[in-house]
Amino acid sequence: MEASAPAHPSPPAAAPRISQKTRSERRLAWMLCAPAVIAMLAVTAYPIGYAIVLSVQQVDLRFPEEGGFVGLDNYGAVLSSDLWWTDLFNTVMLTVVTVSIELVLGMAIALVMHRAIFGRGVVRTSVLIPYGIITVVAAFSWQFAFAPDSGFVNKLPFIAEDMDWFGDRVSAFAVIIMAEVWKTTPFMALLLLAGLVTIDSQLYEAAKVDGATAWQRFTRITLPLMKPAILVALLFRTLDAFRVFDTIYIMTAGAQDTESVSILGFNQLISRLNLGLGSAVSVLIFICVLAIAFVYVRGFGVRVEEGRPGR
Amino acid sequence: MTIRAAIGLLAVLAVAVVAIVAALSSGDESSGSGRSLSWFVAIQPGGTIEEVAARCSKESGGRYHVEIEFLPTDASQQREQLVRRLGAEDSSIDVVGMDVIWTGEFANAGWVEPWKGPLAKQVTEKVFPNVIETASFEGDLYAAPFNTNTQLLWYRKDLVKQPPTTWDEMIDQAEQLEEAGTIQVQANRYEGFTVWANALIESAGTPVLSGPETVELREGPAIRALEVMGRLANSSAAPPNLSTSNEDTTRLAFEGGDSAFMTNYTFAYASAAAEAPDIAKVMGYARFPRVDAKRPSRPPLGGFNLAVSSFSENKDLAFEAAACLAGRQSQLTAVELDGLPPSRSDLYTTKVVTKAYPGFAGLVRESIEGSGPRPSSAAYQDVSLAIQRTLHPPDKIDPADAASVYEELKENLEDAVKREGVL
Repeated sequence: MEASAPAHPSPPAAAPRISQKTRSERRLAWMLCAPAVIAMLAVTAYPIGYAIVLSVQQVDLRFPEEGGFVGLDNYGAVLSSDLWWTDLFNTVMLTVVTVSIELVLGMAIALVMHRAIFGRGVVRTSVLIPYGIITVVAAFSWQFAFAPDSGFVNKLPFIAEDMDWFGDRVSAFAVIIMAEVWKTTPFMALLLLAGLVTIDSQLYEAAKVDGATAWQRFTRITLPLMKPAILVALLFRTLDAFRVFDTIYIMTAGAQDTESVSILGFNQLISRLNLGLGSAVSVLIFICVLAIAFVYVRGFGVRVEEGRPGR
Repeated sequence: MTIRAAIGLLAVLAVAVVAIVAALSSGDESSGSGRSLSWFVAIQPGGTIEEVAARCSKESGGRYHVEIEFLPTDASQQREQLVRRLGAEDSSIDVVGMDVIWTGEFANAGWVEPWKGPLAKQVTEKVFPNVIETASFEGDLYAAPFNTNTQLLWYRKDLVKQPPTTWDEMIDQAEQLEEAGTIQVQANRYEGFTVWANALIESAGTPVLSGPETVELREGPAIRALEVMGRLANSSAAPPNLSTSNEDTTRLAFEGGDSAFMTNYTFAYASAAAEAPDIAKVMGYARFPRVDAKRPSRPPLGGFNLAVSSFSENKDLAFEAAACLAGRQSQLTAVELDGLPPSRSDLYTTKVVTKAYPGFAGLVRESIEGSGPRPSSAAYQDVSLAIQRTLHPPDKIDPADAASVYEELKENLEDAVKREGVL
């Protein structure tokens, strides 16, 4: 407010001038941000920039004498292969299915957690446990459970004893989706709960007095008011789900056409040590992630800071 | 917690830390004053690695001390950890436990040192020639052969009177069995699948590559091998989990009495003896089956060789240590404690080996001598990925139309040796 009370009044027609004080405040703000900006540049911008540089070169660790600028050849090789498009389809399909299931389940769990009258702390903590388990460990547990020789799932009723879950595309995807949903629904539920607690309970009471049913209260009050929280939760989970790696790597390693784009990148980078091709895949994944974020932010008007808990 | 209790706890912790640090540093001194060499190697459950590291350290008379850094049990993950370190020129690796298929890649990248002169002669003395090949690249030796490995055909003597000599015979026999009529092979999409595919193609009479960047894969024999693969995968002799099977699931199924036949490494015998004594009693062994009835089979070849890292700061000592760690005595330790076949052919008549392979020491030796190693190339990973991507799952190969799969395989291999396209 001080800025609007300048020491030397200027004619109102002139362009607004920045006062000395504002300028020094801005400088202070930049100085306070500088460490964070430098850290971000070092750990985020540099690796991304380096990956872009590698992606337009021919770099293979196994052939150190080779090298050189190849323009967009690596991108051409990736985009012209069936493999990239199959893997992209798998990844998008997996993302849409898991995030949709997680949203519905997460909402239900958030509502239950919100209403829990006794043992609130215990309920919230226990719901979070799957999210606390390392993805690789969770993936192994699910894989062992569904393994035909040692798992318990094939011993359940209505399931063929020699069912080879990971030997077929559909069943392998089913297990991968279940493991992903089991693990990340708590995260979704927690973000949604944060949105839920910001809704004023008086609104529900007023609606009740006016005779609104529980379903009407949910669709007319809860959902509209939670829209920012829901969109932020969806954005976070979509970005996360699109980069799925661990679960697939442990369960099938991409066999039976269950490969995701991250596994494709891993194969080029780590298995083949073909840093040029691998970086091109990574940059393409990065572009996809940017596009997803863009669609959410511009298309749906997500405002990340509004969806945050404790607003 | 009261403040007094907290201070007390802190004091106890401090004393404990001091005691541990003191114990560790004194432990360092007692382990010898020589240079410390780090050996990155896959763990062996029987304790071979610890035993040979301790023996060689002792025999060096205090000039070096071998520190072990265990790699994961999975072969792909072992390689992954090593290439990340070597790619970053990590000087903390001195001796590398190198799988037979990594030689071309590591040598071409300049990560491992060539062996020259009398030491090269010493570490290859009496070693099987095709094992020396796996430790060599473009005419130079890059590692000291340690243990080798090969697959045998394991079968149930109580169900099968005469072991089959060909895959076709074996499939016929399995299909006719009333119980346990399945054949266990490693056919998940991983390196083990390449092992199986390569052994079939080699046994049919053609190598996959004739040089590091030249595809051979002659049409007639290759199609024959693919027919066998497709026939097994589409027959009742295929176990239900064929396309996700590995060394361990096949061993478990055989030990559980589910299958009359299994191709697997030599560890299968000791494992059955320990885990399923009833099955071990009726466990027969034979050479890896033929694809072409008129041509001896070319069984798979595995194993580890020891290389010296180019980024080691103590290369001379590392060569000396690697020669000892892979030497005759160490090979005997490996077969005694972990059942790993020695790479020296002269050890197969020793008591240690005949005890580890009761009745089949000669067969193991013959199988190694006749083996068909996987291709040697700096782009081996590309070649292996191309094989896995094209042929997995094996039940998609129609035995009546193996020719179309052959065309695809040949094309993908041509791309792989040129390192073109994504895999």
